[in-house]
Amino acid sequence: MITQHDIVIVGAGLAGLRAAVECVNQADVAVVSKVFPTRSHSGAAQGGITASLGNEEEDHWEWHLFDTVKGSDYLGDQDAVEIMVRDAPRVIYELEHMGVPFSRTPEGKIAQRNFGGHTRDYGKKPVKRACYAADRTGRVALDTLYDQCLRHQVKFYSENYVLSLVFDGKRCAGVVTYNLATGELHLLQAKAVLLATGGCGRIYKTTSNGFASTGDGIHLAYQSGIPLEDMEFIQFHPTGLYPLGILVSEAARGEGGFLRNRLGERFMERYAPMVKDLAARDVVSRAILTEIREGKGISGRGYVHLDLTHLGEEKIQERLWEIASFVRIYLGIDPVYDPIPVQPTCHYVMGGIPTDVDGRVLMDEKGTIAQGLFAAGECACVSVHGANRLGCNSLLDLLVFGRRSGLAMKQAISKVEHGTLTKDSLRATEEKIKKFFNVRGKEKIGEIRQRIQLLMMEKGSVFRNEEGLKKGIEEIRSLMEHYKNIGAVDKRKAFNFELMEAMELGHQLSLSEVILFSALHRRESRGAHYREDFPVRADRYFLKHTLVFQTPKGPDIRYKPVKITRFQPEARVY
Amino acid sequence: MLIKLKVFRFDPEKEEKPTYQTFEIEADPMDRLLDCLNRIHWEQDPTLSFRMSCGHGVCGSDGMRINGICGLACQKLVKSFKEEVLIEPLPVFKVVKDLVVDLGPFFEKYNSIKPYLTTKTSPPDQERKQSPEEHKIFEEAIRCILCACCTASCPVNQNKETEGYVGPAALVRAFRYLFDSRDEASKERVALLDQKDGAWGCQTLWKCTEVCPKEIPVTKQIGRIKKRIYDAR
Repeated sequence: MITQHDIVIVGAGLAGLRAAVECVNQADVAVVSKVFPTRSHSGAAQGGITASLGNEEEDHWEWHLFDTVKGSDYLGDQDAVEIMVRDAPRVIYELEHMGVPFSRTPEGKIAQRNFGGHTRDYGKKPVKRACYAADRTGRVALDTLYDQCLRHQVKFYSENYVLSLVFDGKRCAGVVTYNLATGELHLLQAKAVLLATGGCGRIYKTTSNGFASTGDGIHLAYQSGIPLEDMEFIQFHPTGLYPLGILVSEAARGEGGFLRNRLGERFMERYAPMVKDLAARDVVSRAILTEIREGKGISGRGYVHLDLTHLGEEKIQERLWEIASFVRIYLGIDPVYDPIPVQPTCHYVMGGIPTDVDGRVLMDEKGTIAQGLFAAGECACVSVHGANRLGCNSLLDLLVFGRRSGLAMKQAISKVEHGTLTKDSLRATEEKIKKFFNVRGKEKIGEIRQRIQLLMMEKGSVFRNEEGLKKGIEEIRSLMEHYKNIGAVDKRKAFNFELMEAMELGHQLSLSEVILFSALHRRESRGAHYREDFPVRADRYFLKHTLVFQTPKGPDIRYKPVKITRFQPEARVY
Repeated sequence: MLIKLKVFRFDPEKEEKPTYQTFEIEADPMDRLLDCLNRIHWEQDPTLSFRMSCGHGVCGSDGMRINGICGLACQKLVKSFKEEVLIEPLPVFKVVKDLVVDLGPFFEKYNSIKPYLTTKTSPPDQERKQSPEEHKIFEEAIRCILCACCTASCPVNQNKETEGYVGPAALVRAFRYLFDSRDEASKERVALLDQKDGAWGCQTLWKCTEVCPKEIPVTKQIGRIKKRIYDAR
């Protein structure tokens, strides 16, 4: 079956839905999602969205710009960061007008709280910049945008999994989807395709990411000849609930919580004397793991304590209800009285599909535009987060660049007619599926996935070195061979999740290789990428973005310069 | 510990009647039931179908009936069960495959209450003001994750004769907008809810409140909607 739409958006998280809302009344828009839209992972964002509204205390977008650039360890493109932080207040008011139920100040304005790395006056002390709705900000924003889509009757293809991007010559002209409910393939032809498919945290064993975060869109682009930018930068959030890795929002520290080691010591005072527990995430995660390595984890084990016991029940109930409930459910303890065991957990990929500031996908280091293809949100790399993203800047990124992609797509489609797509692309995908169903493979999807996840924790997480990375790449390549021998047990059509998991596994394997490969070649330490064998930042050699291309011989690496406008790189101290 | 999961299996495409299949697995007492289901799916029987996404009670995907009570598989720990757990799909909805049900009608009802802020005045340059007290009125309602556990547990929705009832989940969202001080369509909302299958479908049986994984006082909120309808008359 072939269906035409002006715009096809893949992914129904905040970036995808924001883009959809932008286009819906002026174009025929369809949103494809492998889960039901409100199950998208944006909903798991807790702490807030940053904007220099100044509702609680003085703040300026210039400060926000500086903090984001410094947070990125000077790898963020400053022109893009400036667009984002200047647009932030408008984006927040727009969301509020759509109905997002933000928490409020006594004067009835949107309430704001502290968050890691966000400071007043260029790093002097923490500033209240994160606009929040208790600790469910992502969820209520997702619900509100979904509700707006219902209001404007956006067409949804829920529980449809994109198997491939379709090209008409060099122009992206649609996607092939697999309907999870029926097992049928569907070619959705489009004048513009937006990838808003989120991150790939599920490559790692310990992660805050949902099961759906397998990097599908990132890898679909890579397979189609688009390079991937800065994939070595994987953020580990300092406070994942031990041992599950479930996110415990930085809001807990923003509201006054702090970390303690086995000796009861507030160890962040040693690592970040100025802002302590509110340093950037890469800094705090490394500090926690250093404490653990030195035997100062609780009971000598792999976690430290996040102490909220001094905040009082009322504040925890009012502002941190969700995380308090996670702690009660999964650990059986009460954060009002007991410190919370936490460990760093894989949270976010700073890298992704290279785009310009309007979501247009870039095909090379010269900035050649891929016609018809757009990307926004975590799967994209604009780059506003550089080597390390600051907390609450992700929702901002989704909304600012989701909207801008929407605007750019509306403009782009006015000059384009639908081409004549044949059923060939559908057939190619059909063949691929048939093959999977016919292989009598011995290898199990679950086993290979588990091996990737353990391997990536060991060789490609917070601390890295050449030997480990090389070994990691070798092992991934050997797993790729095993992957060729997976086969289907489930041959039925309705809700056959096995097929989707097999495709996801292919994405995970290939992205693991790109991450390790990018990390191996960056012989310095910057932001979330820390090399034990090259522990300092080397601006002279590596103040540049990595681009990895897929070639028949394996990944190939090139670089492109960082855009620096206002702030020259300085030592990064918190 | 060894745990047995007795799981509802049904493929309407091929089978006339559902069956129950018992799986045994070695699990840690702190494992989630969802972890057990995943291990069954990954290690023993890839044909077992169920929905899941975030794994920690935020996305609302894995609502199912666990030992007869609707809840999220990711919020239940192995340690709270004796050796066998009965796992069935949410009632009320049509089974599509195993534990996957057709939530289409659920979301149609949700959509029918006009789940979006409706304003008539144009917005100010900045935020619309709302006091913390005004926000607090509907704060519990915004915890809703649309998992459908409440609607599936509601005896009114379960009864074929009254299944047209819009259901507790839709009413929680209706409450959220009706009691939002920024909304300017309360007259229309009241009219929409003042129906046999609207707020009056609720017979105050409390099942929704009992099962809500996010501890929303659902029945009380529906009660407040009813009061608001009375007040408007």
